[in-house]
Amino acid sequence: MALRYEEAIARYEPSLGLEVHVELATVSKMFCGCNTVFGAAANTQTCPVCLGLPGALPVANAKAIEYTIAIGLALNCSVAPFSRFARKNYFYPDMPKNFQTSQYDEPICTNGYLDITIDTDEGSKDFRIEIERVHMEEDTGKSLHMGGATGRIHGADYSLLDYNRAGIPLVEIVTKVIDGTGRHAPEVARAYVSELRDILRALGVSDVKMEQGSLRCDANVSLRPIGSEKLGTRSETKNVNSLKSVERAIRGEIIRHAELLNSNQRVIQETRHFHEDTGLTTSGRSKEQAEDYRYFPEPDLVPIAPSKEMIEKIAATLPEKPSVRRKKLQEAWQAPDKEMAAMINADVLDLVEATVKLGADPTRARSWWLGEIARIANERSVAASDLAISAADVAEIVALIVKGELTDKLARQVVEALINGEGRVGQIIQSRGIKVVSDDSSLMAAIERAIAAAPDVAEKVRGGNIPASGALIGAVMKESKGQADAAKVRDLLLKHLGQG
Amino acid sequence: MTYMSSISRDDVANLAKLARIDLSEDELAGLVKELSVILDAVARVQEVAGSDVPPTSHPLPLVNVFRQDQVRPSLTPEEALSGAPAQEGKRFKVPQILGEE
Amino acid sequence: MIRKSAAEMAKSLASGEITSVELTRAHLDQISRVDSQVNAFLHIDREGALEQAEQVDAKRRAGERLSLLAGVPLALKDVLVQKGIPTTCGSKMLEGWRPPYDSTVVRRLRENGIVILGKTNMDEFAMGSSTENSAYGPTRNPWDLTRIPGGSSGGSFAAIASFQAPFAIGTDTGGSIRQPAAVTATVGVKPTYGAVSRYGLVAFSSSLDQAGPCARTVLDAAYLHEAIAGHDPLDSTSINAPVPAVVAAAKDGNVGGMKIGVIKELQGDGYQPGVLRLFNESLEILASLGADIVEVSCKYFDYALAAYYLIAPSECSSNLARFDAMRYGIRRGEGSAEEVMNATRQIGFGREVKRRIILGTYALSSGYYDAYYGSAQKVRTLISRDFESAFKLADVLVSPTAPTTAFKIGEKANDPIAMYLNDIATIPTNLAGIGGMSLPSGLAFEDGLPAGFQIMAPAMKDDLMYKAGAALEAELVFKWQGPILNLAPKLGAR
Repeated sequence: MALRYEEAIARYEPSLGLEVHVELATVSKMFCGCNTVFGAAANTQTCPVCLGLPGALPVANAKAIEYTIAIGLALNCSVAPFSRFARKNYFYPDMPKNFQTSQYDEPICTNGYLDITIDTDEGSKDFRIEIERVHMEEDTGKSLHMGGATGRIHGADYSLLDYNRAGIPLVEIVTKVIDGTGRHAPEVARAYVSELRDILRALGVSDVKMEQGSLRCDANVSLRPIGSEKLGTRSETKNVNSLKSVERAIRGEIIRHAELLNSNQRVIQETRHFHEDTGLTTSGRSKEQAEDYRYFPEPDLVPIAPSKEMIEKIAATLPEKPSVRRKKLQEAWQAPDKEMAAMINADVLDLVEATVKLGADPTRARSWWLGEIARIANERSVAASDLAISAADVAEIVALIVKGELTDKLARQVVEALINGEGRVGQIIQSRGIKVVSDDSSLMAAIERAIAAAPDVAEKVRGGNIPASGALIGAVMKESKGQADAAKVRDLLLKHLGQG
Repeated sequence: MTYMSSISRDDVANLAKLARIDLSEDELAGLVKELSVILDAVARVQEVAGSDVPPTSHPLPLVNVFRQDQVRPSLTPEEALSGAPAQEGKRFKVPQILGEE
Repeated sequence: MIRKSAAEMAKSLASGEITSVELTRAHLDQISRVDSQVNAFLHIDREGALEQAEQVDAKRRAGERLSLLAGVPLALKDVLVQKGIPTTCGSKMLEGWRPPYDSTVVRRLRENGIVILGKTNMDEFAMGSSTENSAYGPTRNPWDLTRIPGGSSGGSFAAIASFQAPFAIGTDTGGSIRQPAAVTATVGVKPTYGAVSRYGLVAFSSSLDQAGPCARTVLDAAYLHEAIAGHDPLDSTSINAPVPAVVAAAKDGNVGGMKIGVIKELQGDGYQPGVLRLFNESLEILASLGADIVEVSCKYFDYALAAYYLIAPSECSSNLARFDAMRYGIRRGEGSAEEVMNATRQIGFGREVKRRIILGTYALSSGYYDAYYGSAQKVRTLISRDFESAFKLADVLVSPTAPTTAFKIGEKANDPIAMYLNDIATIPTNLAGIGGMSLPSGLAFEDGLPAGFQIMAPAMKDDLMYKAGAALEAELVFKWQGPILNLAPKLGAR
């Protein structure tokens, strides 16, 4: 019988450590001029440097350094006046040099923090996540495991390697131990990654697409009995590539650890792999015998010593903090906390903002992005921003509604058609023959027919029972096959019955 | 403190594993002997490596050598794969990979 | 013609006295005549060389302005990649590999119209001082075919000492240019670290490796130095400053008033008496030319060899990790990727390379890093400080290049420490990143074999060693009544 989360958390205090890898949005790789565009044909974006050919040498990408410093500053880190690349030595076929150029004891940014807020049943709670370091490294190539039954690494006959991704700049952001989150640990982790993602996006340093792997999270979890000081053995869950998964993976690991500890078993220090389908982790490489990476300063690259001016220049270009920006937007839009949280969760804040900028009323803008559009996105398991509907489309639709040329119901049809790629708003209205019946005389005729069909209801309305008008409005709408503007029908009907 | 460098067969075997080199028993035995002699000779560096001496990892005092973020031509996949011991579908074909990173 | 200097060949080409095709063919003929005895070349690019020569001749006929060395042939150490031409680094590991790109040195040679005859033999991945560690057999010293030509650039120096090429490119990590120059009676220069791009130089020890000229005269070395040196944006450790005027310095050859510091620690015990005698005679010549000879002490040089044999293996253990049978080079063994890597690296690497990889792996491993690699880096600082103080007292520093003349092939093969001692005088400059030159000082009285005189200059003052070297060379050539190689036995007459 599986342990319940509540039971686990009642006995144990979880500690977290989060390592987030971000692919930087530079146009060229970290140490060579190869293109970084995602999805290119295999091995078309490689050169002697990123293939690790004998004799080739790295030269660091200035933009990647600037981006990393910007990330550090946005996370309230101090920027080291002197830092160095180091070689992390281990053999793996997807790593062309059999060492990863990374940073070790001299990272570029250290000691920062990120404040986050989560929503709980006892109201919102604030946490400060302390950042240990922000450092640069390079990505590895990708392997396809061929043969065998599963296409997975186990049981494969051989592997095929594509080094297009090898050498793409990565920034690793490592937290200090996150303690004191108690039962909120999974949500705190999620909120941290979400907030971090917003910051990175606002900085414009990465496209932060978790599903494409440009933002990846490793979650370290350990438990200790409540009241105990000593941290427990941790597991490191890799392969967590959505916000929801961060939460699920941590929750799952807390339960798994608790089960082990309850039955007096040892938690093994190891890498674990998260599986989106089951929400469970499986054992990867044991880290009991720590790998000896034999780090040493990379002799092919020279140290980085950013000048004060350089740091100040980068600091001056930092955008507003997402938390500050959100507060401003919330005030301007007069949005309730819940809705604000919903927009952040659905990742549509930017879209709503853009829609409002194009003239839409904030309430209507967010109700579209949070309502119909979010529903469809959810149904199709994609991000709202990946649907074929833009802020301009929504702004146009809202404008038509306000003008009375579309009803909400008709607008939903337009939205769906847009998402299905049926053309622009105008084209869809025309091709689908969508038209609001707003001709007063034909509406009045329909109203009179409705009253004639239900005189008793009409009488109630005349007598002041306004809610009773719903039945009559419904009848008119039915007759118009939904093409009539319900608000208008209501107006005309109530006026007609002396209640307008 | 100076390490008196005694290095065992198992030490060498372990290093060879880290360095991904199969070694025969003969090679192992030879290396144990040679490395012991060499390590004794090189351990001297500790005699003068005081804590007040900064390490030198780069012979030149250069810093901040960067390139601009510009795309440069890559090799063609044919060139990239020209030395590959085996290939398939423009990818490097390698034996099955055990263990995961 | 093949016994002339590169500078003289360049003049003959410019005057139309000879074409590059003729000159190239003459060298290819000499290679055919003598290289079966010397084994200097691993690959001879007959067609490519003649094609390059023809192109230069065509340009010259068309009246194009050509660089000074255009059309002069050269031998290239097999550690520098040349697009499409086999590059093995003297290792079985890279057998059959044809790199898809050019090293910067090769690009500069091409820009200068220099004709590349082929790739020269070397100790595997430049690890060695005798060229015995080549997977393709040892190179022999033209002065005595039973002896080593030095190393690791032994192929390049044996080639020029046997007139198979007028000059060559070598690389020097701990003396691999200067020591073979010394034992073959030729001139070898390790420029300041960062002066010549390392892009396309297959790395042995990244913080020590430096390519440089191998030649029969100081002036030829200077010409080649200027042709290949200069800033390269593809090498982060390349110096972004003008190349010192080494050709002008070699032509000047004046040591009047120059302070020449003799390093106390680099003589005495372990040095062959004949080598020391030649060294002292050279000092007397320099003094007679107006140089001011002073003695300097570099007390940490005693630790240089130990530091070097930690730093170089450490870096090499990482640099050579890429040879794993996955992307290029040979593939051996069966089973998983890991098993294939392990088997290939056992078979593909020779004994010395494996020894150094294991040693470096040890020196970098956790628990030993501080004691070994960390301490070695500190010694590096101390050696640089020694040089700094010495250069306050002297403009250049001098020593014998190698403690002995060439030893017999096989003599030291089983004694790594004795082998490592060959580099005792050359290693400090690599650790400090400064320049060093070796030029012939004469033939030792004991064995009649060549010895070398080493000149070291502060970083980016490489011109000073050319100045001093040219001065000494002029006097010695006068004394010998011609180039010292005239005294070498004739090959190919067997």
